[in-house]
Amino acid sequence: MTTTASRMPEATYVDRKRYLWLFSLLVPMTALTGPLLYMFVSPKIVWLWLPTLFSYLVIPVLDFIIGEDLSNPPEEAVPALEADAYYRYVTYALVPVLWASFLVSVYFLGTHELPWYGVLAVVMSAGGSLGYGLNLGHELGHKKSRLERWLAKITLALGFYGHFFVEHNRGHHRDVATPADPASARMGESIYRFVFRELPGAFFRAWDLEAERMERCGKSVWSLDNELIQPALISIALYFALIAIFGLEMLPMLLLIAFWGAFQLTQANYIEHYGLLRKQLGNGRFERCQPHHSWNSNHLFSNWALFHLQRHSDHHAHPTRRYQSLRDFPDLPRLPNGYFGMYLLAYVPPLWFHVMDKRLLAAVDRDPSRINFEQAKRGALMRRYRLEETPAEA
Amino acid sequence: MSSHQCPECGYEYDDAKGDAFLGYPPGTAWETLPDDFVCPDCAVTGKDEFERRD
Repeated sequence: MTTTASRMPEATYVDRKRYLWLFSLLVPMTALTGPLLYMFVSPKIVWLWLPTLFSYLVIPVLDFIIGEDLSNPPEEAVPALEADAYYRYVTYALVPVLWASFLVSVYFLGTHELPWYGVLAVVMSAGGSLGYGLNLGHELGHKKSRLERWLAKITLALGFYGHFFVEHNRGHHRDVATPADPASARMGESIYRFVFRELPGAFFRAWDLEAERMERCGKSVWSLDNELIQPALISIALYFALIAIFGLEMLPMLLLIAFWGAFQLTQANYIEHYGLLRKQLGNGRFERCQPHHSWNSNHLFSNWALFHLQRHSDHHAHPTRRYQSLRDFPDLPRLPNGYFGMYLLAYVPPLWFHVMDKRLLAAVDRDPSRINFEQAKRGALMRRYRLEETPAEA
Repeated sequence: MSSHQCPECGYEYDDAKGDAFLGYPPGTAWETLPDDFVCPDCAVTGKDEFERRD
């Protein structure tokens, strides 16, 4: 070997997280454990709650214990990291896992007499699994290859949320951290209010984007080329088949599962840009999305489980960058726990405001012109935090 | 005829080819695209931030 020592670091860069990304595959699999333990070990309702307890209690604790990782891959290693097919195969492998989780959960509900709290447990674990599906659809939907985009549609179709990758890529990324974005939460807005803006707003923005595109293409909005119609047809076929097999009484459960899946995304959207605002430029457009327009979490476990979604600033600055190469930067708006811990906080709005408003004020240097306010609460928040109007720039 | 590239993700708009997916037929000049045109792949780059390549 003649390799010189100075070349060694570049040549031997080893991604320490390489196999830890398998957690992004394993954690969504937990939705299967409840029904399988119930069927093959003992018919106890408590098994059915394990997946939800794992996501919402165990992961925040693991995040607290394992802590954060601020390391980045060296920039010269990124091209090889992006080209390495292994990372793509991990995302592909999750598609059948999510379909299996969903189908097993529905089969289980359709074939077992359960008390209401048993049904609720399965609805929540199956819906939680759809949340991981939205995360996968997010990662795949940003990529340029046809295969990855189709896998995104097939995955999102499980929860009747195929419009996401249109809405997110061409809507949210364009409007992020502006008052016009239904998927960016405002200061003073609780998650229970946000969901009424986010769920319909996201759907209609996606519909409008595709309607405009179809018009330019000279096609009907009901054309099969409409990227909302394609996954919606998969969803309709799937849900009809399940109702044909298990009866109409399955319909409310399917809708609840789909809602809980969509709500996982609502929660992520809620915390990802809470209160942050891009500046409006003279021409009416907003400044380019900067790293300080997203909240981040470097907590290890939840990042392994979510394909680095929580390194959100780099994602918005470079949306086509693959999960394995997303980076941390100093001085970014930072969340005190991973997403799952923050979801718990968001459920109790006074607690959320207590923890996050002071972080928000620090992140924007107490400058109200950089805050996306819930307009009705603007005056009250300005007084409570003793904020001063910024003089208009000359 | 000109060609413009997104400096963020490499998407390229070539007037001669247009962009069939977006509904711009071949020969649609860059200048006639709407002012609020953003890169269809990354949505980060606005029309005025594209780099001209001839």
